[in-house]
Amino acid sequence: MSVILVFLLAIAGFVGWWLSHQRLTAKPWLEQGLAGDFVALDRSALPTAKIGLGVFLAVVGCLFALFTSAYFMRMAVSDWQPLPLPRLLWFNTGVLVLSSIALQCASVAARRGQLDTVRLGLATAGLTALAFLVGQLMAWRQLTEDGYLLSSNPANSFFYLITGMHGLHIVGGLVGLGRTTAGAWNGARPERLRLGVELCAMYWHFLLFVWLAIFALLAGWAATFIDICRQLLT
Amino acid sequence: MVDITPADGIPPAEVAEVELYHPHSWWTKYVFSQDAKVIAIQYSATATGIGLVALVLSWLMRLQLGFPGTFDFITPEAYYQFITMHGMIMVIYLLTALFLGGFGNYLIPLMVGARDMVFPYVNMLSYWIYLLAVLVLVSSFFAPGGPTGAGWTLYPPQAIMSGTPGGQDWGIILMLSSLILFIIGFTMGGLNYVVTVLQGRTRGMTMMRLPLTVWGIFTATVMALLAFPALFVASVMMLLDRVLGTSFFMPAISEMGEQLQHNGGSPILFQHLFWFFGHPEVYIVALPAFGIVSDLISTHARKNIFGYRMMVWAIVGIGALSFVVWAHHMYVSGMHPYFGFFFATTTLIIAIPTAIKVYNWVLTLWRGDIHLTIPMLFALAFIVTFVNGGLTGLFLGNVVVDVPLSDTMFVVAHFHMVMGVAPILVVFGAIYHWYPKVTGRMLNEALGRFHFWVTFLGAYLIFFPMHYLGLMGVPRRYAELTDMTIMTESAHHLNSFISIMAFIVGFAQMVFLFNLIWSIRHGREAGGNPWRATTLEWQTPQTPPAHGNFGKDLPIVYRWAYDYSVPGAKEDFIPQNIPGSFGPSKEPA
Repeated sequence: MSVILVFLLAIAGFVGWWLSHQRLTAKPWLEQGLAGDFVALDRSALPTAKIGLGVFLAVVGCLFALFTSAYFMRMAVSDWQPLPLPRLLWFNTGVLVLSSIALQCASVAARRGQLDTVRLGLATAGLTALAFLVGQLMAWRQLTEDGYLLSSNPANSFFYLITGMHGLHIVGGLVGLGRTTAGAWNGARPERLRLGVELCAMYWHFLLFVWLAIFALLAGWAATFIDICRQLLT
Repeated sequence: MVDITPADGIPPAEVAEVELYHPHSWWTKYVFSQDAKVIAIQYSATATGIGLVALVLSWLMRLQLGFPGTFDFITPEAYYQFITMHGMIMVIYLLTALFLGGFGNYLIPLMVGARDMVFPYVNMLSYWIYLLAVLVLVSSFFAPGGPTGAGWTLYPPQAIMSGTPGGQDWGIILMLSSLILFIIGFTMGGLNYVVTVLQGRTRGMTMMRLPLTVWGIFTATVMALLAFPALFVASVMMLLDRVLGTSFFMPAISEMGEQLQHNGGSPILFQHLFWFFGHPEVYIVALPAFGIVSDLISTHARKNIFGYRMMVWAIVGIGALSFVVWAHHMYVSGMHPYFGFFFATTTLIIAIPTAIKVYNWVLTLWRGDIHLTIPMLFALAFIVTFVNGGLTGLFLGNVVVDVPLSDTMFVVAHFHMVMGVAPILVVFGAIYHWYPKVTGRMLNEALGRFHFWVTFLGAYLIFFPMHYLGLMGVPRRYAELTDMTIMTESAHHLNSFISIMAFIVGFAQMVFLFNLIWSIRHGREAGGNPWRATTLEWQTPQTPPAHGNFGKDLPIVYRWAYDYSVPGAKEDFIPQNIPGSFGPSKEPA
């Protein structure tokens, strides 16, 4: 459970930082008036949707941290046999990076008001994300054909479970991306479009980060890394 | 006295008006509504409905325990199914949904001065997914083999084996699917509650001016958003074990002399995941109750809450601590003694912030102008019950005391007192308190007092004797206790007595439900602010509040939520949206 505890510690650190800016030591019973000196305390200047997405990403991060924790705990049992990762996953990783870059470009273009580049970026991101999903399915198929079935070893089970969960989150993201893309073609208000593109970019970068982390986990590098950390600590 | 209104007058309200969604038909106004108040009522009604099922299940269990052998249809299998569904429904589908989905939806926008939740559409989806989860849960009663009988903790391997009711039938599959749906729905709602508190607050409503109700619900929601994923992960993995034959939790095991295909899985892993959710869950239910009860006591004792800052810190502190105590539910699973020591220590440390809260409630009452209204009665009953249940928690937090008591009725009595009866008393108090705002009418006073006394005394008569049974060694989870040597004749009599009390208390809840329905039409007209309370929900132009809550202009907040009996003020309360200073408020000692 150490991975999830480290993750929660990070969240707690952030929450603590935020709380420390809320004047928790104020004496509200002595303060009357508009709190005019503390307008900044009323709410954040960030768009509400971005804060909402941020909170959601914390929940998603929590989910994957828990899967990772379970992975390490189950790994310690002797029947664990790591499976060889298909080379295709490297290609998929590249495609997902491309998808993220395309959305970043779209996001920059939206800030500058270049609608054509926004459309190009959104379309590229959508297509590459679809390509990533297809690539993942092909990797699954390759593994099953080689006899690495879901239930034959816990390492396989975790591989399918975690990549599947990540893929489902990409599918969910594609719904949002699809709506934003449709808006880009149907003349959505520029500020609305910009917000939509920025939200998509934020989600995509996060899922790319999650993918890199679970790729490292499934390839066994994460376990090596943790072993090194453990040795340093003891 | 600090008057912090800027010298050059009040700047114009810079509250960004949200684009309020406008319903066009009866369906979008009352059924597929995006108005948080309607969603709150939908949540509450659904939770109450499924809660009634759980109440009936508890009656059936008590029939078996109080009068063993009398009722043929209660087989051991059926008993396990009752116990499982009763626990799961009460903890998750009733209490969590009611506190966060019900009270959260109704009170957060009104109390922080918002027109609605920040993502109304997602909020609506949240309810419908919750309803779907409830329907899937109910459907398991009609599935072949019936609902799961694995115990509400669903421990593998027994949960998915053929010896357990529903283990190899539909029961466990429907249970896990329902939980997964619930968590998805809750996450949608939870995002709304958190972000509305962050971004929906009206001008002048700083975090340190929020009523403690909002602090409680806010912190509980943050915890739930971080804890429910653990249940989600556990449910998905167990579902795969059951349906696709993986071995996440299932060790090599044989059943009826036949070797199952599972191999090497770790049941302890499930317990870690489950209790990583399960312990915060206790406080997800308790923190909203703490918050609400603070407001009830302050309002009905006409006195500012004692130690507001400390109350906020305690809520946040309890929330953080509750994530590092989960393994105290697993002392009997076998663990390294140092781990046991660590978790016992963290568990007992939680007593400090909780005790601070109890002292502050009592000191708020001290020399207050106590009005023994029904909400106040329930609030007082909560304090007593919570202290009572908390004290037995100090017993069970210690490894050496927990191990012999763990499988006895003592534990049942402990958690029913602390997270069953105590929060439910707050729910009742809160309903008596806010019903006039929701419907515009008061609940019937006489029926309310009857409901209070029967519920409060009855609940004590049910759960207090259970401590004695537990100390005698009477085990929990047993469908049949007749032939055990520890079951003396007096113990049997006590069991029958508890069962009879359970029926009486359950009957009082029917009276309460009748009161809820009857008073919608026949209750006394309440007016906008019958309790003369300070918080924003009582200052709305209409009662019940119209769509958009606050008429043309959002309120502006000039003071904290507890200006009761301020010396020099005309009335004994000053609403949060009234400007000006009225002499020094009392400073806590």
